[in-house]
Amino acid sequence: MSTAPAKPADLVTVNIDGKEIAVPKGTNVIEAAKLVGVEIPHYCYHPKLTIVGNCRMCLIEMGMPAVDPATKTPIMDPATGKQKINWIPRPQIGCGTNASPGLHIRTNTPMVKDCREGVTEMLLINHPLDCPICDQAGECKLQEHSTAYGRGYSRFVEQKNVKPKRTVLGPRVTLDDERCILCSRCIRFSKEIAKDDVLGFIDRGSYSTLTCYPGKQLENNYSLNTVDICPVGALTSTDFRFKMRVWFLKQTPGIDPESSVGANTEVWSREGVIYRITPRRNDEVNDTWMTDSGRALYKQVKAADRLLAPSINGNSTGPDMALKAAADLLKAGSVAVVGSGRSTVEEQFLTRKLAEAVKTTAMLVSRVGQGDRLLLSSDRNPNVRGALVTGLISALPSQKLTGLAADIDAGKVKTILSVGEDLTAAGLTAAQLAKVSVIYLGTHQNATSAAAKVVIPTLTVFEKSGSFVNQQFRLQKFAKAVPGPTGVADDLVTLAELVAAAGGGIIPFNLGVLWTTIAAEIKSLAGLSHASLPATGQLIDAGAWAGLPFCEGETLHFKPAAVPAAAYA
Amino acid sequence: MSAPQQRRLIFAHIDEPGYTNDLACYLKHGGYEVMKRAFTRKPEELIDEVKKSGLRGRGGAGFPCGVKWTLVDRKSGKPIYLIVNADESEPGTFKDRYIMHQDPHQLIEGTMISCFANNVKQAYIYIRGEMPHGARILEKAIQEARDANLVGKNILGSNYSCDIFVHRGAGAYICGEETGLIESLEGKRANPRIKPPYFPAVLGLYQCPTIVNNVETLCHVKLISDIGGEAYTRIGTPNNTGTRIFCVSGHVQKPGYYEFEAGKITMGQLLNDVCGGPLPGRTFKAVIPGGSSAKILRFGERFKGKRKVGAEMVDYDWGVEDVPMDFDSLGMIGTMGGSGGVIVMDDTVNMVEALANINAFYSHESCGQCTPCREGSLWMKKITTRMVHGEAREQDAALLKGVADQIPGRTICAFGEACSWPTQSFLAKFGDEFKGYAEAKKTAKPAEAAPLI
Repeated sequence: MSTAPAKPADLVTVNIDGKEIAVPKGTNVIEAAKLVGVEIPHYCYHPKLTIVGNCRMCLIEMGMPAVDPATKTPIMDPATGKQKINWIPRPQIGCGTNASPGLHIRTNTPMVKDCREGVTEMLLINHPLDCPICDQAGECKLQEHSTAYGRGYSRFVEQKNVKPKRTVLGPRVTLDDERCILCSRCIRFSKEIAKDDVLGFIDRGSYSTLTCYPGKQLENNYSLNTVDICPVGALTSTDFRFKMRVWFLKQTPGIDPESSVGANTEVWSREGVIYRITPRRNDEVNDTWMTDSGRALYKQVKAADRLLAPSINGNSTGPDMALKAAADLLKAGSVAVVGSGRSTVEEQFLTRKLAEAVKTTAMLVSRVGQGDRLLLSSDRNPNVRGALVTGLISALPSQKLTGLAADIDAGKVKTILSVGEDLTAAGLTAAQLAKVSVIYLGTHQNATSAAAKVVIPTLTVFEKSGSFVNQQFRLQKFAKAVPGPTGVADDLVTLAELVAAAGGGIIPFNLGVLWTTIAAEIKSLAGLSHASLPATGQLIDAGAWAGLPFCEGETLHFKPAAVPAAAYA
Repeated sequence: MSAPQQRRLIFAHIDEPGYTNDLACYLKHGGYEVMKRAFTRKPEELIDEVKKSGLRGRGGAGFPCGVKWTLVDRKSGKPIYLIVNADESEPGTFKDRYIMHQDPHQLIEGTMISCFANNVKQAYIYIRGEMPHGARILEKAIQEARDANLVGKNILGSNYSCDIFVHRGAGAYICGEETGLIESLEGKRANPRIKPPYFPAVLGLYQCPTIVNNVETLCHVKLISDIGGEAYTRIGTPNNTGTRIFCVSGHVQKPGYYEFEAGKITMGQLLNDVCGGPLPGRTFKAVIPGGSSAKILRFGERFKGKRKVGAEMVDYDWGVEDVPMDFDSLGMIGTMGGSGGVIVMDDTVNMVEALANINAFYSHESCGQCTPCREGSLWMKKITTRMVHGEAREQDAALLKGVADQIPGRTICAFGEACSWPTQSFLAKFGDEFKGYAEAKKTAKPAEAAPLI
């Protein structure tokens, strides 16, 4: 004992299958076991939800060091010379057992094996065993644990229970009640995280059936998280249902571009086609959740109104011709640059270079919506802070480009270069646009692309790599999930070529090399690189912008310095 | 040895001609005098009396009441609640309902004394949903007591206030499990809570310390408060103090409820002398001594071992008839005293069919939280129902045991035990009947046999 190194007071040593580990006091046994590489199978336990202990899969043997009840002195085991362990004869649930000093856990005993086999058998007897047509197959905990911990044969010869097969719980979630193992994760999620208590069980015992309360629907913007946390194929995404086997899909880390929250995502694609987006765990940002709206964004990739080829005056042209036309306009002077809070940090850096080359300062358009206090903030641009960090802008943007409108009316501006911003939505009239030449870099058709002299198509967030700075000033990176449309150049290439054409010199467009330039020039990003950024992002020094009146209210893992009045409607 | 006399202390006035359940009648019989005296004492003294009395809970588990009260968290600063568990629904048990129907003020008095002892300001009587009559009687009785200043604000001019509300259950056996009951009382589905951390004594009703006591237990508290804990220990036997009410049902000549000193009467005396023995021309086959979840006993089996009598260990060699009816003796022979519901089966009963009946009940009542109980109880029901109404296979006996063995000890609440012990014990004691049931089915039943469910 005396040789043990001094530990911080809140750490306790527990023994799991003979391996000692120090964990914070109160850590539950499932998490503690993970740290020593011991898997404790479970269904109902979820690290971000309350503990109910109902699936009984995580049963383990638990013991505590024996002490003499009278003298409180340790009782030693003469056989081992160590303190004797009093093992509790009943198995305990791992999820509901918290680390306390001297706690001993066994997960490899015959009793634990028998418990797991029993629970697995019980879960399977009324399960439809329709893995061949089940969307969850391949990522199904019941499938995995049955293989690992089940007996491998069935003793059940009775009729299985019959339950509803395709209950529409809401606009995005379809339920197969026969597959449900009644773990209640979805119910707890709705109640505890989404704060929209609409799910519950009706009937009793094995006939218990998950359903919505009468007159209610599972329709909140977080409903698809129930599909993610469903350990089996009971809750399915209506969008993804029967579309693709999960083992064919490639996972690419993404960032939800919906708002300044920057929820971490996983983009699932096959052969250049995205099939679904799910949350990626980041305990500092979005835990294991994301919005439903953020999951639907992949549909913009194949949208009918996608800009696929450069054009001049509405006529399709080659990329070189479009670039030359743009270069001519830029060189002619009187240029205004409208950057974007949706552009990546790298693009914003190049946009700034472009603005500098044409001797102007860039403008930005803000998008303000209603925050939902969870994972959708009121700033609907994912990267306004990136624009501040890269020096693209120095003050917070407003929703309307009134200054630009006045300049057009005064004849001070002849050319506007817009990086993905619909200028009519930002307050410019068609008449004003008609007075100037617009160079539009964008992904989809809109009033601005229709009015533009030169249109150069760009990539959606799923077709490129880059980084955003979220509301916490956390720099987070994402990677290219699918290739862009044929003939559409990488946005960094397009911007770097425009910078060169405008006389701003040669700037590297390779992401890695570009970052050496960025890190050298931008003080708060010094020493960073895209490649070395951790998967969960990195906070950067936000001191320079601390006083700015950002519009976000409180969301998960984010508390604004002062809550702006406009944060929630 | 003939049976001892009944000693009706709790059931003193049950079925007494002329005794009514109103306050006037109760007062005429010395009602609320014990409470008045108790209110002049220190609450701690009352708790000590209960501890001294060795009173064990009458709901089924037999947990010492005084210990339960000691575990209550009194330092949290939160209010302490007392809940009267009147969700009597263990098959074979029908004692609490007589107290509530015929002597409700006894329960109210016992409740108020317990509340005073534990500084409880609000008590609830959680009554089974299927007992609307009892609920109405209790509500009327509480109102009477309230009007007489025996319940409510500044009771009897003191500065102690405590009210009682009656809450009707929603009709589920699991509502009788104390944490399930608490959930139900909070307006939720009666899913029992995990312990730890939700021990009622610390995190009970509305996350406040809570005492949940059975109806009969609280009546015993009144008795203890009256005669003192010391005197109470002289009733019954050591560690099984006080009286026990036995609800005898099934194949005896005189089924009914009988109150005896705990441990002073044997099973044989109860069934043969008190209840008049088996029906004419029949013999006893089996008995479940403590409500349908208790393990069954087979007449003819012997129980041997050592037991403590005073300070000495003595050998015992009992038949079912010789077993003293107390918690410890019944526990020693592998069953339990439970709620006192004695279910008697004679030789006309086929054990497979009896078990099919019990399994149907438990599969219907599992709350559905824990996998082993939820799926296992229904599986066992499906097997026994198939055996009775369809094809019975020889391997079903082993299968039933295999299923039942996967349930107890692996669930949140004791329902896991309740639903699996019948199957386990029926198979252990009547295994041959299960193996040979396919053959037995082919022979005609006696005309008087009960119809199958």
